[in-house]
Amino acid sequence: MQNPSTEILGADDVSRAITRIAHEIIERNSDLNSVVIVGMQTGGTWIAERLCEAIERITNGTVLPLGAVDISMYRDDFSLRPIVLSAPTDIPVDLTERRVVLVDDVLFTGRTVRAALEALNDHGRPRAVQLAVMVDRGHRELPIRPDYVGKNIPTHPTDEVSVSVNGVFVTTHAESV
Amino acid sequence: MKHLLSTHDLSIDNIVAILDTADHMTEINARPVAKVPALRGRTVASVFFEDSTRTRLSFESAAKRLSADTMTFSAASSSVNKGESLRDTIETLSAMGVDAFVVRHKSSGVPAAITQWTGASVINAGDGWHQHPTQALLDTYTITRSFGLKDSLQGRSIAIVGDIKHSRVARSDIDVFTRLGAEVILVAPPTLLPHNIATWGVKTASSIDEVVGKVDVLYMLRMQFERMDSGVIPGLAEYSSRFALTPARARLLSPHALVMHPGPMNRGIEMVVDPSDLPGSRILQQVANGVSVRMAVLFTILGGGATATLQQGVDA
Repeated sequence: MQNPSTEILGADDVSRAITRIAHEIIERNSDLNSVVIVGMQTGGTWIAERLCEAIERITNGTVLPLGAVDISMYRDDFSLRPIVLSAPTDIPVDLTERRVVLVDDVLFTGRTVRAALEALNDHGRPRAVQLAVMVDRGHRELPIRPDYVGKNIPTHPTDEVSVSVNGVFVTTHAESV
Repeated sequence: MKHLLSTHDLSIDNIVAILDTADHMTEINARPVAKVPALRGRTVASVFFEDSTRTRLSFESAAKRLSADTMTFSAASSSVNKGESLRDTIETLSAMGVDAFVVRHKSSGVPAAITQWTGASVINAGDGWHQHPTQALLDTYTITRSFGLKDSLQGRSIAIVGDIKHSRVARSDIDVFTRLGAEVILVAPPTLLPHNIATWGVKTASSIDEVVGKVDVLYMLRMQFERMDSGVIPGLAEYSSRFALTPARARLLSPHALVMHPGPMNRGIEMVVDPSDLPGSRILQQVANGVSVRMAVLFTILGGGATATLQQGVDA
């Protein structure tokens, strides 16, 4: 049975969250020119783009480098399930001594973030990596925490969380209730 | 996909998927650290019963850039010289824990035979006159990407020049090029064309001059002295006069035309012109793309959740 999904955030809420996170990034990084925004393929890339636009708007013209990272070749669960390739990695600058803000839509077990950290290291040695996510849904399996969060949402491990410009939706599966 | 024995095993969708995966690998190969952990813990054994430089090293670098472990077997320095059979050799290596064999052999069909003696995947790196599937994939990758194409060669004309009859490269290329919609023209003396050529769905020409100014791709094959019975061509000079790419002929190429060669080149026989003088030469690009495409093949075969097969035969 397909359960209806519940809207947790609307389109306006998502938009406001992105603007707020953009302010927080500016506030926390006094040396804003060393910051690179990197979205995780494919769920994080549109949020990374929107963050870059918001930062440019707020600062009246600071354009930060924008990249994308594909972590499928760095996963730790190859033997458990087939790897599906998303769009290729595109890191426009050497990351050595840069402050990287890694962007994803949903933070769950933390395993994709672990893989992304390993992937980023192949593009240089960043001075620092910060993590921005639209949704933190809990159930971490690794010692990883976000620096910027759109919304904390308590979930059951079998719930599905979807994030898009239209909002954040949670679908609960019957067997989990 | 468990094995890659022939281009005929690949659907057009399979081919397009491998080429898309190769785009990812090209991005990795352009990085300062050209290595990802994708195939950590997997073992790839190269088993070469015939000489090779680029294919063997290309597969080895492909495996290493994906963090697989590699083993190299070359017949010349092995117990084959003590009389060990092919089957015993494969079973011995399998018992050491191999996930994929990359096999080259002078006899057609050997890679297919090996699949019966091991639970590991088998990738054909060239068998006799039969097939060389990764060469066809890297050639197709080179041509499509040079022309900004993704999944079709529709409307492109490709001339393959030289010893078609003894060429596994030609057989594999012709299959993939024609299925992707290209017009293929074989340029060779009648003695160097296979006898059943009429059934291949390709055109033929009897001199390079008939095609040189018209085609999008001029694909030069190596003159294979080691496979040649005496008498198939009157003489090398005669061959060169009709089938070699000379500076004069190179000037007739279309400005956008590509010149390709699977290597190794016979300079002065089929390649009288220096390829570094040809703006359309993709010969070194083919070598670079070979690593990306072989990474894509290894990743497709071994990255799909297959587990190491620690062998069959030992536990029996």
